[in-house]
Amino acid sequence: MTAGVDLGVPATQAIRSDEDVVRVRQLVRTTAVAVRLSLVDQTKLVTAASELARNTLIYGGGGTAEVTTVDDGRRRGVRVVFADDGPGIPDLDLAFTDGYTTGSGLGLGLSGARRLVDDFDIRTAAGEGTRITVTKWSR
Amino acid sequence: MALSAEQSGRLARLLTEQADRLTERWTELVTASLRGRLSRAELAGQARELHRSIIDAGENGLTELADEHGGELRAVLAELSAGRARQGFSATETAISVYALKDALLELMEESQGTETLRDFVAFSALIDQMGLFTFESYVRTRESLIADQAEQLLELSTPVVKLWEGVVAVPLVGTLDSARAQVVMERLLQALVDTGSPYAIIDITGVPAVDTQVAQHILKTVVAARLMGAECIISGIRPQIAQTIVALGIEFGDIATKASLADALRHVLRLSGVETAVRRPRRES
Amino acid sequence: MERVPILKIGDILLVSIQVDMSDQTAMQLQEDLAERIVATGCHGVIIDITALDIVDSFVGRMLSTIASISKVLDAETVVVGMRPAVAITLVELGLSLSGIRTALNVERGMELIAAARADEWDEADGDEDAETTATA
Repeated sequence: MTAGVDLGVPATQAIRSDEDVVRVRQLVRTTAVAVRLSLVDQTKLVTAASELARNTLIYGGGGTAEVTTVDDGRRRGVRVVFADDGPGIPDLDLAFTDGYTTGSGLGLGLSGARRLVDDFDIRTAAGEGTRITVTKWSR
Repeated sequence: MALSAEQSGRLARLLTEQADRLTERWTELVTASLRGRLSRAELAGQARELHRSIIDAGENGLTELADEHGGELRAVLAELSAGRARQGFSATETAISVYALKDALLELMEESQGTETLRDFVAFSALIDQMGLFTFESYVRTRESLIADQAEQLLELSTPVVKLWEGVVAVPLVGTLDSARAQVVMERLLQALVDTGSPYAIIDITGVPAVDTQVAQHILKTVVAARLMGAECIISGIRPQIAQTIVALGIEFGDIATKASLADALRHVLRLSGVETAVRRPRRES
Repeated sequence: MERVPILKIGDILLVSIQVDMSDQTAMQLQEDLAERIVATGCHGVIIDITALDIVDSFVGRMLSTIASISKVLDAETVVVGMRPAVAITLVELGLSLSGIRTALNVERGMELIAAARADEWDEADGDEDAETTATA
């Protein structure tokens, strides 16, 4: 994952309810606008954040989303970290299967979210919670 | 570490005591290097500002340019080099604006008899080297962003979306279609669909020399996106060689309509829109 | 929790989603719509998403479900006003929204519904005509 320096204090949003998922979307959007991501990139990032925040709530049993702006020297970006102390994801391969296109509603749709962002990092293990870090850079 | 804290303080004091003489000499050297393309008054102003920020940094105990006390100094340097870059000066000319300070300082310090002088000069010199490098970096970054802006403008100019008829827009693609360009074309086409309320779009690839899997993918994504919005795309201008390549690559255009020429595509769309075309017969004088 | 209002215009229900819906709000909308379709016996549903700046998998599924439900209840659903950035994102996300008809705006959406109804009636008429000519 590209490094990049954290700028400023991260903004954290707890994810404990439906409304919190909406708040995460709004927080990510505001930050993306501030970093001047293009409209399409903003949309992609907020959509990915919505998916991941929902996962944190439903599969992770609740957690947090931490949003920061980053700078790698040439461009700025938005980084969001989704963390939960839930059951973790035992089978990552399965989790990355495109479950949405079949319309079954199963599958975490992580692969979809991954396509929408530039950097995607996931740390998880059965019984050890999950930590997903995504970054979207301005062009 | 370029400077020790004491050296930092000595630098600040030296610059303060010899302020006028230093900035004068510095301005003189820079003006000479830029050969009149910037006024002396302007350069003098820049010299004084840079002078001031070095003093401030020194008084705060700056040990190297990158540390926290150097924030303001870095900002001034960035401003200076961005200005030079925008005005078209070369990288060397920009760096000289900083390195000239070394020459001015050396002349000054040669007059001093102190034992610390040589070591101090080496330290000050190291700091100025850091400043020079930083200036160069900023210069390069500004130039890169200028080039990026120009590339974007070029992209804008070369991807026009035209309205062919009520409810029909067309994008005549010309030249190679790389990822960046394909994105821009897609966004502009989709926006045009919304702006004109057109349910039909013709993507003409007569002017595209070669179609590979990547290009085909981009076009496909555009078509799918347009469908999601409620509009249909027709692809026209498929030359025989391109048709062969598409088949050979196993690219499936599925149920997307394709026509050999833009004219065919337009006729097709007009028919779909329920428009009838007729040739008017000239009236004969009887 | 806010509820998305549903308007009745003639034989059509019009829903204009103006807020960033929470999952609960979206589910409530789905329920409300199903109820209204049955209650009014309408034959068309137009869902205007012009104001939505994102459509994620949850909303996508909700739209698909509404389309399926309304079909069962003999109504056509058309989703209108999708923003380009949203369309591009959906393609990247891999969400096909199959089974959902779309149109650029409400006006075209209404045309689409009218055309779909006309097609159905034509089919029905066609059967009758066939019978008539057969006996003549």
